[in-house]
Amino acid sequence: MVNYDQLIFEISKPGRSAYRVAKADVCDKPIESIIPAGLLRETSLELPEVSEPQLVRHYTLLSQKNFGVDTGFYPLGSCTMKYNPKLNEDMAGFSGFAALHPQQKTQQTQGALELMYDLSAMLSEIGGMDAFTLQPAAGAHGELTGLMIMKAYHESRGDQKRTKIIVPDSAHGTNPASANVAGFDIVEIKSTRMGEIDLESLKAALGDDIAGLMLTNPNTLGLFDRNIVEIARLVHEAGGLLYYDGANLNAILGQTRPGDMGFDVVHYNLHKTFSTPHGGGGPGSGPVGVKAFLEPFLPTPVVIKSESSYDLSYDRPLSIGKVKSFYGNFGILVRAYTFILSMGAEGLKRASEMAVLNASYIQEKLKDHYQVFANTKCKHEFVLAGLKGELTQCSTLDVAKRLLDYGYHPPTIYFPLIVPNAIMIEPTESESLETLDDFIDIMIKISEEADTNPEALKQAPTTTPIRRVDEIRAARTPILKWEPTPATSEEA
Amino acid sequence: MKTVEGLYYSKDHEWLKIEGDTGIIGISDHAQHSLGDIVYVEVPEEDDHFDAGDSFGTIESVKAASDLLMPVGGTVLEVNESLEDEPGSVNSAPYESWIIKIKFDDVSELEALLDAAGYTAFCEEEA
Amino acid sequence: MFPYIPNTDEDVARMLEALGLDSVEALFSDVPEAVKLNRRLDLCAPLSETEVTKQIKALADQNVSTDSLVCFLGAGAYDHAVPSVIKHLIGRSEFNTAYTPYQPEISQGTLQAIFEYQTMIANLTGMDVANASMYDGASATAEAAMLAAANQKGDTVLIASTVHPETIAVVETYMRFKGIKVVQIGAKDGVMDRDALTAKLNADVVGVVVQQPNFYGIVEDYSGVAEAVHEAKALFIMNVDPIGAALLKTPGEYGADLAVGEGQPLGNGLNYGGPYLGFMASTKKQMRKLPGRIVGQTVDLDGKRAFTLTLQAREQHIRREKATSNICSNQALNALTATIFMSVTGREGLYQMAAETARRAYYGYEKLLATGHFKPAYAQPFFREFALEVNGGADVDSINAHLFENGILGGLNISDDNAQRILFCITEKRTVEEIDRLVEVLEAYPW
Repeated sequence: MVNYDQLIFEISKPGRSAYRVAKADVCDKPIESIIPAGLLRETSLELPEVSEPQLVRHYTLLSQKNFGVDTGFYPLGSCTMKYNPKLNEDMAGFSGFAALHPQQKTQQTQGALELMYDLSAMLSEIGGMDAFTLQPAAGAHGELTGLMIMKAYHESRGDQKRTKIIVPDSAHGTNPASANVAGFDIVEIKSTRMGEIDLESLKAALGDDIAGLMLTNPNTLGLFDRNIVEIARLVHEAGGLLYYDGANLNAILGQTRPGDMGFDVVHYNLHKTFSTPHGGGGPGSGPVGVKAFLEPFLPTPVVIKSESSYDLSYDRPLSIGKVKSFYGNFGILVRAYTFILSMGAEGLKRASEMAVLNASYIQEKLKDHYQVFANTKCKHEFVLAGLKGELTQCSTLDVAKRLLDYGYHPPTIYFPLIVPNAIMIEPTESESLETLDDFIDIMIKISEEADTNPEALKQAPTTTPIRRVDEIRAARTPILKWEPTPATSEEA
Repeated sequence: MKTVEGLYYSKDHEWLKIEGDTGIIGISDHAQHSLGDIVYVEVPEEDDHFDAGDSFGTIESVKAASDLLMPVGGTVLEVNESLEDEPGSVNSAPYESWIIKIKFDDVSELEALLDAAGYTAFCEEEA
Repeated sequence: MFPYIPNTDEDVARMLEALGLDSVEALFSDVPEAVKLNRRLDLCAPLSETEVTKQIKALADQNVSTDSLVCFLGAGAYDHAVPSVIKHLIGRSEFNTAYTPYQPEISQGTLQAIFEYQTMIANLTGMDVANASMYDGASATAEAAMLAAANQKGDTVLIASTVHPETIAVVETYMRFKGIKVVQIGAKDGVMDRDALTAKLNADVVGVVVQQPNFYGIVEDYSGVAEAVHEAKALFIMNVDPIGAALLKTPGEYGADLAVGEGQPLGNGLNYGGPYLGFMASTKKQMRKLPGRIVGQTVDLDGKRAFTLTLQAREQHIRREKATSNICSNQALNALTATIFMSVTGREGLYQMAAETARRAYYGYEKLLATGHFKPAYAQPFFREFALEVNGGADVDSINAHLFENGILGGLNISDDNAQRILFCITEKRTVEEIDRLVEVLEAYPW
């Protein structure tokens, strides 16, 4: 591969273009004659000027500096980097979906509405919930929507004093952030060493000011919280609601359901469990499911079905309102729908079984070579507590960077916060035993290198397009856009 | 960790130096060390008033953000604008890199603060 | 077998043996019996590609899309040209199947593309910096209002009633739960009533939100608004159309603190409302308050230019309960689409696209008025959309049904109790022949 290091602006040259606009000769008035000059842009528009072949090569070369699921194993804990079936892309590409305008009358969009209606029903069945909104655009957006629903519910009952949400200290950072944005105060409770809810801490935190509890199960250590029934009972008895963070749903498909565990509100990440591509950080989709008593609070519109047709219902006085334009990331919904049809009930169950088996197998094989945090049955992911040996000169970060040299995407590191030097591994169901064995061998080799050749870890990676970056410099003197005269010269 | 004799310290890891009617506030060596490489200090505006314990700004490293808390109540007289370009000076010289100067409300609030020895003991206890 | 799952029965047996377990079920022995499902999920059986394709194609075919209609509908989603190269480049799975670029060493593709995106959005809006994109234009506007509420003193956001109703709705939802009041600034002649703005601006106001062109397609004159808003120590937030921005006075030129907008027109398909992208740009002063991801330029260990996520201390995974935004992902692939789109058009092409859009819209506008069946709802300059009032009170839904029968997707019905009004949209994709045919078909309506 060529060592390509140019920005699109740097290959720009006046007079080039990759675009030709069709000119209509019947309407060639000067712009100033139709829009007053005072309303027009004065500053020049700095965009690159490149031809199509240059442009295609530029972005193709950029893509080659990336690592995706299609490139290699991506055991990034809590992100469920499973294979993204190509059929999904083709289905979303049908012009009946891709060229459908969101403001069209529902008589013209019956197929899209049916798909959304069916998908909601499938997601309800998978989670043991009663109704879904497909509007949220991502997991964090789903959390926010779910928390707003909880708040609206309490307020609708005149219960204004429930202003607090309980979040365990092992939670994803989005949980407390979402609760804050939804206007709640946060009560953080300690987890047990295994990342489970500490029942005594929970009891102490519960009261008539608590709107609910946010929980991930299996938790962020990849362990199933066996007290879930008791937790649900305690929260409900205190008048609170239970929110399920669906980040770890891939562990339990067809085995158990959040609704059956007692959760009132859930969000799923369609880009995790339901195989839609992450796209380098989006678009995702974060549908929110609720039990029947919360259904009136879902965002508008809701897809409804009458005898012969589907429609969008806006007349919902208790609704929290809208969290996004139109109906959600529809193109992503088509992909998830395709995945569910392809997998069927049996395939979804098998996916979770293999995700758990793969994680358990790696955990078993690595437990003698790394610091074990919880030597117990894991679900779809597990957490190691860094390298063994008090005297090691290498860090978890070094292990992660060394994996890059061996062609693997590193696991999630330093999360959850309750595990020192955490290495969080989630293989998903998409990987073959051969890949797992290779990865295990490399992980063991790296643990040995940490003792025999620590510099190999500390200098890693050396085989990637760039080496470790200076993050301090990036944050201290931010350069957030390209300037015609280079903003940084090589400083000594 | 380093401390400087003659300064007051809060349990939130700010130091306070008294010069006449003026209080000068920064963060301790212990605080800069636990934050890591500081990349940005957000400072208040002159004439802003804060009570003891109020957040008067934030201090950010690459992977952390921490509120700056008033050791005593007071009105901001001056902010250290050089921190905008040189936030790293808080790491290299925490007791010279002051953040704000204030006119304090009530001298008696100083009684709640620690001296160098007391602060050192507090940090050891906390660890 | 399942095509997406590699483990064979033999593999499973080997792995179970390594674990000392005798069955796959044993992996789930930690799930309490009380919550076990113990039945098959009531979903379809696994289907083949052929079966799935047939089933989903049948649903797609039930829709009548803009692929088979001539589109004069806008109102938040726009039928602009989507260059061919886009689908080929964003379909590259190195982009498409990557996660958030947390490991810069193997994510320079995504990171550099976002850096280019940020540059283009900042240049387009005339602002200093931009973030890596947000969910959509409406939620980006709500995030901008949240930013204002978190950093300015007060408890009220003012929003012009000429902003898109969906955007107003999303802003209202976000503000309601944060305890911030949303007050609408009324309109006069289809544009924000400046007297109403003056009357409502006070010390409680944290931000003022306007849209350009506004919901009715009108190009408003926002001269002097920034000064008034700043006088009240609030932030001026402009929601702008990105194609229009090539032609119209920019948020930067108007003195806005934050520029946001819906990025869909930048090469993203209509997709029944999503996925799109929201963009957000700001002055340097607001840079460290921006929500969402931001990519910055730095160097690697060898001093080589490199890109990385930066200013992360703003973000939810660090601030947790102190974060003023909970946004985690951006719409990276849609932002990449926008980046490629702006690289295709370039400075001249985007201007020509915008200018050609405006010219054709005016051509259609004059032709439609010449039929005698319409009059302008507002006598104001516009960019791509214009509202017409139906003379004689014919029903817009019935007019649109007539157009639909003739293969034309008419404008949005924005009628109220006083008048029948229709909001037409004409982009550079509409040919003169198509516009003439719209007029012909309307002439044939039984007025």
